[in-house]
Amino acid sequence: MKLVTAIIKPFKLDDVRKAIGDVGVQGVTVTEVRGFGRQRGHTEIYRGAEYAVEFVPKTKIEIAVDDPLVDQVIEAIHKSAQTGKVGDGKIFVFELRQVVRIRTGERGPGAI
Amino acid sequence: MTKLSIGVFLAMLALSMAAAWADEAPASAAAPGMATTAAPAAAPQAAAAAPAAAAPAPMTQPALIGADKISAGDTAWMLTSTALVLMMCVPGLALFYGGMVRKKNVLATLMQSFACTCVVTIPWWVVGYSLAFTPGNGFIGGLSRALFTGMTFMHGDTDSRLTVSHLAPTIPETVYAMFQMTFAIITPALIAGSFADRMKFSAMLLFLAAWSLLVYSPIAHMVWEPTGWLSAAGVLDYAGGTVVHINAGIAGLASCLVLGKRLGYPREAMPPHNLTLTLIGASLLWVGWFGFNAGSATAADGRAGMAMLATQMATAAAALGWMFTEWVTKGKPSVLGIASGAVAGLVAITPASGFVAPTAAVIIGIAAGVVCYFAATSLKHALGYDDSLDAFGVHCVGGIVGALLTGVFVSKEISGVDGSLLTQFKGVATTLIYGFVVSFAILKIIDMTIGLRVTEDQEREGLDISLHGESIE
Repeated sequence: MKLVTAIIKPFKLDDVRKAIGDVGVQGVTVTEVRGFGRQRGHTEIYRGAEYAVEFVPKTKIEIAVDDPLVDQVIEAIHKSAQTGKVGDGKIFVFELRQVVRIRTGERGPGAI
Repeated sequence: MTKLSIGVFLAMLALSMAAAWADEAPASAAAPGMATTAAPAAAPQAAAAAPAAAAPAPMTQPALIGADKISAGDTAWMLTSTALVLMMCVPGLALFYGGMVRKKNVLATLMQSFACTCVVTIPWWVVGYSLAFTPGNGFIGGLSRALFTGMTFMHGDTDSRLTVSHLAPTIPETVYAMFQMTFAIITPALIAGSFADRMKFSAMLLFLAAWSLLVYSPIAHMVWEPTGWLSAAGVLDYAGGTVVHINAGIAGLASCLVLGKRLGYPREAMPPHNLTLTLIGASLLWVGWFGFNAGSATAADGRAGMAMLATQMATAAAALGWMFTEWVTKGKPSVLGIASGAVAGLVAITPASGFVAPTAAVIIGIAAGVVCYFAATSLKHALGYDDSLDAFGVHCVGGIVGALLTGVFVSKEISGVDGSLLTQFKGVATTLIYGFVVSFAILKIIDMTIGLRVTEDQEREGLDISLHGESIE
């Protein structure tokens, strides 16, 4: 099992939701996050006071997937979140040691 | 021929004023004089308008009259205006300021406007109204209306009687006192823009209550009550450019100097946390301001209409003035910019509305938008004081622009009076000096007794949690 975590542009969330749904993903956790990468930040001006906004708003999604599905999920996120411009985000894939469905106590891939 | 028709117009204006000469209270000495000379000729017309009225000798103090002598139209408009002006403070000003602070201070900032509305009501009832709007010496009114004593409405089956103010003889005195109370409330609430994010709540309550009695009432008396020396000197202030805005703005400067800068200013970023609130607040201020300016006619008449039109013209022009200046100098037209410009225009037209024509209002608006932009951006940063939300930069500077330009653009056709830059300057300078000195003194005394500023830890944590035990997500 793998945990696929992706940092994406917030307005791409709906596209990604649809794409991963199409490849059979059953659940996803979404968090609003801030950070910086090569995109850097931007400048905001309020009544003449300029502020460098160094952390850009992004959306983080986390998906637990069984091994056979991992490449399809990565591909789906990659295609649907891409604009081709700097700041499109990253996909991280982690080993997932255990999954437990709290309602039934079921463990392993069946709990995903 | 033209001169003759202007003369006839002026005579008619004077006649109409004889019945309701207190319209002219802000217009000072000229008004009572005109009303006096016009009084005999006015008698037939006034009698036609209000059958029971004898030749109306100008009133010089509040008086008990028959309820049939008040104007239903004027009263209806003034009841409406009063509610509009209260809406400017809560929720208008509360939202305008609340959106501009950081998230950790939003409730505390909303609380400042709301609590000010409550806490200033009490001193206004105790002596504030009396000190401002009853006859006295040149600097302060009398105590005859302390605790609203004598202000009354007595029901009778055929002959109800009530008191009226000499400043608004066609509406019940209760409505006039209430209308003026909303001015007395919003003025100290404006000061909060300068001391936001760092003043103790207890100190603020004391400061605002003391300020309303020691600064607001005397200045209102000097400028608006006919025995006030600035009123007698001919200073023009239709709806409070000096009394409200210069007064609140200079008190704001005093408070940010006494308090010192916010922790981290100007190193740390302190961007507004929610400009949606600010834009809604600015919009409520704009709408409410029609009650403020057109209501200052104290009548539902042509001059109220002029004041309303001038208010709209100046506000739109100032919002555009600020927006384009920012667009050219900083590259983008910002939401905070256009909202700030609108408020600057509302401030600047306040003394002028009711005295100037719509074209002059546009010029006043553009001047206010551009000048206040530089006051709130360049001037503040050059001098280094921390006027958090620009109460000084917008209200004091905009008020000065408006007060001085009123002397330039005053229209005798509209107002029946003359003005001059020099006389206006006298009003501006008096308010600046008196307002600054007394505000500074009150703040210093509070600082030395109960303390003015929250602790560093409280300020870092945010005033919502540290002062009020609440927070928003």
